[in-house]
Amino acid sequence: MMQIKRTIKYEADRVRGFSKEIMNVSGCEQLQSCIQCGTCSGTCPLSIYMDFSPRQVMALVRADFKNEVLTSKTVWLCASCYACTVECPRKIRITDIMYALKQRAIKEGIYPRRFAIPILAKEFSEMVRREGRITETLLVMRLFLKANWRAALGSWRLGLGLIRTGRFVLWQERIERRAELTAMLDAANRGNVQPKEAP
Amino acid sequence: MKYSYFPGCSLKGLGRAYEESLLPVMKHLGVELVELEDWNCCGATAYMSVDEAKAGVLAARNLAIAEKTGPQDLLTPCSACYLVLNKTKHNIADFPEIKDTVHHALGVANLTYTGATNVRHPLDVLVHDVGLDVIKEKVVRPLKGLKVAPYYGCQLVRPYATFDDAWNPTTMDRLLATLGAEVVHYPLKTKCCGGSLTGTVPEAGLRLTYILLKEAVRRGADVIATICPLCQFNLDAYHDQIDRHWGPTRIATVYFTQLMGLAFGLSPKQLGLKRNFVPMKELPAQSATV
Repeated sequence: MMQIKRTIKYEADRVRGFSKEIMNVSGCEQLQSCIQCGTCSGTCPLSIYMDFSPRQVMALVRADFKNEVLTSKTVWLCASCYACTVECPRKIRITDIMYALKQRAIKEGIYPRRFAIPILAKEFSEMVRREGRITETLLVMRLFLKANWRAALGSWRLGLGLIRTGRFVLWQERIERRAELTAMLDAANRGNVQPKEAP
Repeated sequence: MKYSYFPGCSLKGLGRAYEESLLPVMKHLGVELVELEDWNCCGATAYMSVDEAKAGVLAARNLAIAEKTGPQDLLTPCSACYLVLNKTKHNIADFPEIKDTVHHALGVANLTYTGATNVRHPLDVLVHDVGLDVIKEKVVRPLKGLKVAPYYGCQLVRPYATFDDAWNPTTMDRLLATLGAEVVHYPLKTKCCGGSLTGTVPEAGLRLTYILLKEAVRRGADVIATICPLCQFNLDAYHDQIDRHWGPTRIATVYFTQLMGLAFGLSPKQLGLKRNFVPMKELPAQSATV
């Protein structure tokens, strides 16, 4: 039997209030004034790899299609080059909206599974919280263990090259006042008022 | 001339050749750098993806320490650090909510931040504070005949381009010309290198890197000059994989500070040039004079 798949969303798929929540995040207010010109998609060096283009993401967020946006790969493919932000004729900080969406997806645990980018972001933040600094080679090894250990085996040449050039660092860099930093980060937790969850 | 110095994690790791060349070059020019006391990771793009408030606190701790210890001009060589520290400075000034969170968290460590710290990139300091005329006087081995593609990447010039244009910056072009190099017209100079996607989504990330390398070769460049540790890593370390997928585009990528050091007559070993995957060819001028 022929498989039929719906390609257009029903209004019932929306999560009301989502666009307001994103626009409440500092720096994301301007989303309201998007004219759907597509300049963001045109300047984006990665839009050709995205499931939704940046312009479509702007439209989906504004129309409350929360699940579609947060499960898309688009937000994770944004490399933060800020080309769209600089070019947007409505001065929308598109890169910052992508960040707000990444934060939301991580908070709700609905990013694409076994996708290396959100795992990297989480491992990175945990290392910084613990040590105060990042040791890149150790971070990448942790990432490989969690996301794809087979890829680590495939990267042996890269590892050897790093050892050869004296860039493979195995001792963890850390700051002196680690307790101070952790206390500060915890204080940010309490001080930060999160937007209310959608029902 | 004296500045606070924020190396960032990369300059102690994958990008150590940047620090190894920056420090002697600055010393040679009489610029004093004081490494920021107990500095912490800026948070980069990764922390901002997890929690914006905490990312702001992380960066603000460095701004506050610089404000306390001085000098208040904070030299920041890595593009990601430069962007994040600048962004935090702007956010604290523009958004009361972020300002309140940051001040509250800084208070826990008895730190304060009034906005006095200026985030500066070495390129900006070298060309605008030290000056091209002073740099020119120090050139003992002009980079004659060396064709250089100036690559700025994204986060130095966008979105907080304080000293140059967001799409067509020229500060490094002028600096390289002062060193005697031939600056190649390189329209991709602010195109994204792929960032961390080269490792996480290589099919997309490495393709962006390949485009940059291919264009530099096509334009006849001998070497690519960069100002960012992640750009240097991407353009230098993945030649094996890039060659296999899209064909050979072998060209060396070095830090602009390494080229300055060579022009000042400092030894290549002292400048971390041995750390390249794809080594830079010896300068014609160098072999002639030694």
